[in-house]
Amino acid sequence: MGQMEQIAALAATPVALPLLQVDGLCRNYGARIGCAGVSFDIHAGEVLGIVGESGSGKSTLLSCLAGHQRPDAGRITYAGQDVLAMSEADRRRLSRTEWAYVHQNPRDGLRMGVSAGGNVGERLMAVGARNYGQIRTRAHDWLGRVEIAADRIDDRPSAFSGGMQQRLQIARNLVTGPRLVFMDEPTGGLDVSVQARLLDLLRGLVRDMGLSVIIVTHDLAVVRLLADRLMVMKSGRVVEQGLTDQVLDDPQHAYTQLLVSSVLQV
Amino acid sequence: MTDTAYNFAYLDEQTKRMLRRAILKAIAVPGYQVPFASREMPMPYGWGTGGVQVTAACLCPDDRLKVIDQGADDTTNAVSIRKFFQRTAGVATTERTAEATVIQTRHRIPEAPLTEDQILVYQVPIPEPLRFLEPRETETRKMHELEEYGLMHVKLYEDIARHGHIATSYAYPVKVEGRYVMDPSPIPKFDNPKLSDCPAIQLFGAGREQRIYALPPYTQVVSLDFEDHPFVASRAQHDCDLCGADGSYLDEVIIDDLGGRMFVCSDTDFCTTRRELGHIGRLGAPMTDEVA
Repeated sequence: MGQMEQIAALAATPVALPLLQVDGLCRNYGARIGCAGVSFDIHAGEVLGIVGESGSGKSTLLSCLAGHQRPDAGRITYAGQDVLAMSEADRRRLSRTEWAYVHQNPRDGLRMGVSAGGNVGERLMAVGARNYGQIRTRAHDWLGRVEIAADRIDDRPSAFSGGMQQRLQIARNLVTGPRLVFMDEPTGGLDVSVQARLLDLLRGLVRDMGLSVIIVTHDLAVVRLLADRLMVMKSGRVVEQGLTDQVLDDPQHAYTQLLVSSVLQV
Repeated sequence: MTDTAYNFAYLDEQTKRMLRRAILKAIAVPGYQVPFASREMPMPYGWGTGGVQVTAACLCPDDRLKVIDQGADDTTNAVSIRKFFQRTAGVATTERTAEATVIQTRHRIPEAPLTEDQILVYQVPIPEPLRFLEPRETETRKMHELEEYGLMHVKLYEDIARHGHIATSYAYPVKVEGRYVMDPSPIPKFDNPKLSDCPAIQLFGAGREQRIYALPPYTQVVSLDFEDHPFVASRAQHDCDLCGADGSYLDEVIIDDLGGRMFVCSDTDFCTTRRELGHIGRLGAPMTDEVA
């Protein structure tokens, strides 16, 4: 192929569309605002952090995006499909194959009465895996990737520590190879050394699997480590967004300045 | 009060109408749990109030009724329900599977093959197969609607992980005509293959839970399993000690305090019929001697 042809072929290739496009998303609780006028794009392999104080609408936004709540207005487009116009069956299929949701409290995201292997295997079986040996092998593999000893595969999550439960939840979510992961304060309630390990693990998985992640947190250190881009929310509205380092090092909005300066220094 | 104040087979006509509509809908959508307005019956929940209502809605004056409990015609539950219909419907009763037109059963399918002229009514304690995995009824209905049955295999996975094989031995989940996952009531999994392609109409009534579901004749019913752990219809590896049958489902009976035990057919009619034909098991005696 000649050089000109190569350039022509490149020009003909459409520019990669964003994986998720959100436009003017609103969700009200009666007269109160949950979140309002939120718009952003996220591309494949990108990590978006959402920070803000408690009650700023971060979790409302995340649950609207993940389909747990229906927004009052706005559009959500995933890989060219209008998520809000999809049938429920399609949306639920999407959320157990291409999407994943990591809850703040692992008890919300795990089946506590089912063994660790069963928890990891559930999404595989939900998409039609019917070979016990293969499911078992995949579960073993994933427990290893999240640093849970292989001999704990038949233990129930109730016998696990908080950090292990959170890692198990991550394994359970990632086993089907999703493209977009929603995380709601994944490090909340863990002590700092466990947090550090979990963040390290997450960073590795995100990079290896090329995941797009939307991560909600109030911990600026977490977004500094994980997020490419940052969105700051206050009273249900986005007050500032940009590259993580740019927002944290040179905050423009008064609230962001307050947030950054409130971080305790050791 | 006149005789006409009483209705045939206990239930009033409006109730029967409601029940028959539910039954017809259940037959039209095999395996789907149809809600119905379950009535108070003169027996406690757990004794077959659902089955009794379905039987009452199906009975005609010229029907011949058989009632079994764990395969036996002479246990408390079977005797009291048979008496109930003798008094309230005046229908003929029988213990012979082949002679019955309506069979109400708890926990077994008769050994003798059923025919197109028969209706088999099951008593169901818990109709929802997903109940113990997903306690929210709103969610399980959604899962049935969207055919999200992966969770059912999680239960089987847990069985294999813990016991090395699928240890569920009764109420073994089945898939009906490739669509609905159904709890076949607590029949042993030995009976599961008989559900499929059965010439008789099979009706399931759950009184407390207010659900009716059905398998029309010749419905395809598949027991769920894994490729590398296929479904096995298990039974005790013995012959019947009374009639010598080697393919029937057996009860284990402890006969002394020295570890002595015997295995007998759980289907009493099947066992009696064989003994009348002269079959004798390890501990059996010829039929004529017993009568004498």
